[in-house]
Amino acid sequence: MSYAFGEQVLLLARRSLVRTLRQPANVVFPLVFPLLLLAVNSGGLDSATRLPGFPTESFVAFALAVPFIQGALFATMNAGTDLARDIQTGFLNRLALTPMRGIALLAGQLGGVVAMGIVQAVVYLAVGLLAGVEIASGGLGVLALLGFTVVVSLGFGALGAFVALRTGSGEAVQGVFPLFFVFLFISSINLPRNLIEMDWFRALATANPVSYLIECVRSLIISGWDAEALALGFGIAATIAVAALALAGVALRSRLERS
Amino acid sequence: MMRLPVARAVAWRTLHNVFTNPSLFIPSLVFPLFFFVAFAGGLSRVEQVPGFGFPQGYTAFQFVFVLLQSAAFGGVFTGFGIARDFESGFARRLLLAAPNRTGVVVGYALAALVRWLVTIAIVTGVALIAGMQVGGDGVDLLGLYTLGLLVNVAAVLWAAGIAMRLRTMQAGPVMQMPVFLALFFAPVYVPLSLLGGWIHAVATVNPVTRVLEAGRGFIAGEPTEVAAAFGSALAMGLLLALWALRGLRRAEAAG
Repeated sequence: MSYAFGEQVLLLARRSLVRTLRQPANVVFPLVFPLLLLAVNSGGLDSATRLPGFPTESFVAFALAVPFIQGALFATMNAGTDLARDIQTGFLNRLALTPMRGIALLAGQLGGVVAMGIVQAVVYLAVGLLAGVEIASGGLGVLALLGFTVVVSLGFGALGAFVALRTGSGEAVQGVFPLFFVFLFISSINLPRNLIEMDWFRALATANPVSYLIECVRSLIISGWDAEALALGFGIAATIAVAALALAGVALRSRLERS
Repeated sequence: MMRLPVARAVAWRTLHNVFTNPSLFIPSLVFPLFFFVAFAGGLSRVEQVPGFGFPQGYTAFQFVFVLLQSAAFGGVFTGFGIARDFESGFARRLLLAAPNRTGVVVGYALAALVRWLVTIAIVTGVALIAGMQVGGDGVDLLGLYTLGLLVNVAAVLWAAGIAMRLRTMQAGPVMQMPVFLALFFAPVYVPLSLLGGWIHAVATVNPVTRVLEAGRGFIAGEPTEVAAAFGSALAMGLLLALWALRGLRRAEAAG
């Protein structure tokens, strides 16, 4: 029996999602850890809103952008680790013997990651609303946030898949995590860039693409429709997604040729 | 009687593993340095918040947190090694061979301490190069580093207790998360007086807050809450020593 491409993708996306849901640590940790950090940072840095020029009176609203990006980073690790396990256990080799198209594996895997990303985004939004945050861009802004989540999850998921396909090792995927963590913290995660005092840190945060991803989400939450922040955020997210998908596609082809 | 030779042997082996394997040592060095750079560099404007009032500046303010964090995570990372020893079967052979098994726990704790001393020597050097101002004298600094030492011992005893009960590397998050929460539910970014709401209430009863505030008092040369800080740290150490020793008994019973 031969499945059409769409069915292949659906089957593998379902497998990816079910596999994630069957590992509670892979669901709970990406949901809880960013929210814990949100609670800690918004409690600890609330007084920073008294700095002249701070863009909002609520640090929760300011910091709510961070879980969106941090959650995507966790999803990346999960996606990469799962794919690496498929390689290590020989699942990918067995799949290569079937009529299933290689690209369906990638699309299916990433479909599962995007679905988890949307679930995470809805939870973060719900927690923010319960904490009293008002989304300045309104209902349409929420849709834009979910759209942004799809692009970011796809991009970071593809990056995780690329590392997994290149190395075939779950440990290598996990080893990339601290690098992402560095990108997250050397950004405008805790203060707007214009309020960062140290020149060298502000320069690093300005050169760091993660700053623009955070500022895109932040603009929708605290300032409404900011064309520049949205263009930069969506543009960078889309560039990461396209580049990572291309790299993962090449790595998959080379992996399947070897198997 | 036989406790010290066992402790020395376990400590030597653990340190040899750590310092000859970059993947084990580098994370425990890089994480505190990274937090120091991210917090002291990225948040220095926070010292301009009305009421902040820390004379030595934000770099020294954050250095104390990073010192305690490196001490705590030095202990937790050593706990990962204990769990790995159980998973590989090495710890079982160690328990069979050791004439005094308490020495095994002491050995792991000694290794965690040496590992932290190396880490904090490097972090202190980086902080001084970055222009950290120190107001305290030698006695104050001795107090600061002794507090770090007590936190390191408490953390390794906590992690050892978990590792010997669960005996698997999958116990990593169980070791890490409570330590992370205890550290971050303290006044990390601003003094306690500037915290508000629920985080102020939690930080007020968190024993780590006493240690952190006393540490900042030492580096500023204005010791504060010294008795409460040492009392909290010693109490945590004693309670967690019992926790670790009961964990050892559980590991022995499991065979």
